[in-house]
Amino acid sequence: MNAISQDVTAMTDSSAATAESRAAKFMKRRNRIRFYEILVWIAAIAAIFVAPTKLLILTEIAILALFAVSLDLVLGFAGIVSLGHAAFFGLGAYIAGLMALHFIAEPVVGLIAAGLVSGVLGFLTSFLILRGSDLTRLMTTLGIALMMAEVANQMAWLTGGADGLGGFTVGPILGTFEFDLFGRNGYIYCLVVLFLVTMIARRLAFSPFGLSLKAIKGNPMRAGMVGVPARRRIVAVYSLAAVFAGMAGALLTQTTSFVSPDVLAFHRSADLLMVLVIGGTGYLYGGIFGAIIFTLLKDWLSVVTPQYWMFWIGLILVAMVLTGRDRLARWIEFLPDRFSRKEAGR
Amino acid sequence: MTGIVLETKGLKRRFGAFLATNDVNLKVERGARHALIGPNGAGKTTLINLLTGVLPPSEGKVFLEGEDITSLASFRRVKRGLTRTFQINQLFTDFTPLETVALAIAEREGIGHNLWRSIAGYGAVVDEAAALLDRFGLASVMGERTAILPYGKQRLLEIALAFASKPRVLLLDEPAAGVPEDERHEVLAIVSDLPSDVTVVLIEHDMELVFSFASRISVLVAGAIFTEGTVREISADPRVKAVYLGENA
Amino acid sequence: MLTILFDGIAYGMLLFILACGLTITLGLMNFINLAHGAFAMAGGYITVVMMNRYGISFYWCLPAAFLLTAAIGAILERTLYRWLYQASHLDQVLFSVGIVFMSVAAADYFMGGQQQLINLPPELSGRMEILGVGIGRYRLFTIVVCAVLVVLLQLILSRTRFGSRLRAAVDDRRVAMGLGINVSFVFALTFAFGSGLAGLGGAMGAEILGLDPNFPLKFMIYFLIVVSVGGTSTISGPFLAAMLLGIADVAGKYYVPAIGPFVIYALMIVMLIIRPSGLFARGAGR
Repeated sequence: MNAISQDVTAMTDSSAATAESRAAKFMKRRNRIRFYEILVWIAAIAAIFVAPTKLLILTEIAILALFAVSLDLVLGFAGIVSLGHAAFFGLGAYIAGLMALHFIAEPVVGLIAAGLVSGVLGFLTSFLILRGSDLTRLMTTLGIALMMAEVANQMAWLTGGADGLGGFTVGPILGTFEFDLFGRNGYIYCLVVLFLVTMIARRLAFSPFGLSLKAIKGNPMRAGMVGVPARRRIVAVYSLAAVFAGMAGALLTQTTSFVSPDVLAFHRSADLLMVLVIGGTGYLYGGIFGAIIFTLLKDWLSVVTPQYWMFWIGLILVAMVLTGRDRLARWIEFLPDRFSRKEAGR
Repeated sequence: MTGIVLETKGLKRRFGAFLATNDVNLKVERGARHALIGPNGAGKTTLINLLTGVLPPSEGKVFLEGEDITSLASFRRVKRGLTRTFQINQLFTDFTPLETVALAIAEREGIGHNLWRSIAGYGAVVDEAAALLDRFGLASVMGERTAILPYGKQRLLEIALAFASKPRVLLLDEPAAGVPEDERHEVLAIVSDLPSDVTVVLIEHDMELVFSFASRISVLVAGAIFTEGTVREISADPRVKAVYLGENA
Repeated sequence: MLTILFDGIAYGMLLFILACGLTITLGLMNFINLAHGAFAMAGGYITVVMMNRYGISFYWCLPAAFLLTAAIGAILERTLYRWLYQASHLDQVLFSVGIVFMSVAAADYFMGGQQQLINLPPELSGRMEILGVGIGRYRLFTIVVCAVLVVLLQLILSRTRFGSRLRAAVDDRRVAMGLGINVSFVFALTFAFGSGLAGLGGAMGAEILGLDPNFPLKFMIYFLIVVSVGGTSTISGPFLAAMLLGIADVAGKYYVPAIGPFVIYALMIVMLIIRPSGLFARGAGR
């Protein structure tokens, strides 16, 4: 009787059929593997042979990249600004250290344990960030990280306090691959973990779950109105991100055989935001590119001005925000008037 | 099957000292074409916000098919078949129309929590999304970023998105608002072609559209229901004219 | 016991003077300025340099710290901050963290990483006994100065023309503009004033809070607590919050040194959860 209530039989006319095949193509194109993705992994593997003396800094990059991919799930997908992601990184680092010290020297077990414990903390604290504005979320996440740092500092009998936790040796990976002096196996280990986590995050990004996260970020009110249970999704992604952040912390412990309270420091959370902003949020590889640029930059600065590199990092942050804003503003000029106002008001 | 599908009892909403919704008792019959009219600031959009859980009411209750849904979150109301469009587009501007509609279908089908399988792997969802976009005249732009679509197309997507949830009750908040004249007929055709088993509540200022579309009309003035009746009754009611003329004067 | 209370009040007063500028930036301009402590640090270092290098009296240093920091605030507001009022919160956070990093490194470069000491005038140092309560003279001085400032602030906001313009700009920026109020000038002046107060607080707090390049990072959370617990729509809210925090912190450090900070962070999070939007009733409506 009318166009929309017509059932499937009447619908399979030519235009609908074309639409369906085009839609299928669009959807497949969404998650095709991009050229740069292959390039990243080839370069990462090639580095083992090309730059065998730089493996320590490459390991550092891989760990930071993993940490950044974790935050990207929270920030780039769900749109939650966190100033305390180091809480999970630090907890993972300490768990891995304590595992190696008291229970088992094999690192993969420690890695999984660290991820699980951090994930539990992420799950428990995720309920604190469900409500409120950006500002309350910032403060809550910051507060949690500061509390963790305070706990680590005060429970010296367990964590070594300000002196840090050391005196443990990390055993061979899977009982076979020793951590060597050049950091070769350590790098490969970190790279494998980074690769696996990135692939998991990638699947997530193109799943209905990932789409719903971006919907929550883009327009939380409408997301509710198409049936997205936002709270549950945020709890899930925040917990998962905490698992990955904890694993990143564990990798740091295991490759350096030491944990200092620095793993929970504020600057770690702030640096991480900077990494993501350099690389771009919401497409996972931003974390990896950002980690590469940030680590090389920091390394170079700390050679040029050993004591004052922080100044230049700060300057870059400020410059980035100010120019980024301009770029965004030019962007908006291309949109119809109605939308530019809406974007600016956000 | 007839009966009351959507009902409010003593619904009130205050903003500070301002009473935006004042003791509204609304009954919407199954399959009705129910128009909600009233001058600007009468509280029409506030009422829709209360019905859909965007705002909590200060007092009173909302019932869907006889069940109390007052304290349910928006997404739960959507799952029960109550959804809406917005007066000002509330779209996912970074999404394509295809992604937008596919998301709503995925959530409706209860696969939104799946984080392992790509959407492309759900052939039925993609096909349905494509068919829906085709019916709403959006097939040609399904792969574009929503933000760059012409306003009329965005308006259609706004309705298509609500429709993707397969609502039993659909609340349309000024569907043709802001649409340029030459794209307007497209939106209106879609609205008047909505399937008859879907109950539609329509907010609209265009009286011509209201009178041709609606089976029943409620007039809202200053947050309260001023009068209610059939199209014939309302169009003949001199008080309703006065309310509108008073606004224009 | 009473001495602790007294010290706590002095500390709380200082925190209020330090943080009330942030209350305005956050509440009025909806700007997350994590670099607020950098202005306080600037005030502290100005005092140190003036006193220790040029031998200028402490009493002259305080107004100088206020004016110079206010000038720095005004310059930064005009050149940098005002571009970011409309930016996303993430941008604001990154920007102000960048400022914090720069200020920390710059302080280290010019002044060195050590704790700075100032020699208070003799009449302000030492303790005295009043009704059997040991009272630090400097703390008494702090309380008196801060109390005068609080009263002045309240009067400025409620009685003067500038105060009413500011409140108009808080309530509705567009309407205020329509009324012919130069909102951007009001904002700049307010920002400068808030920075100046922070500078003054930093100058006075150098003795009580300590002063080293990490000051902006160390006290960032305290300022945020004052603002979040006190809310941004009144002067009395943040004032009470600052007093509470000051007393709790001093008492905590004295009685339960092991878990003092922990308790404060935990309390903050609880507050944020119980009243997340109520505390920011004005700020969150963006």
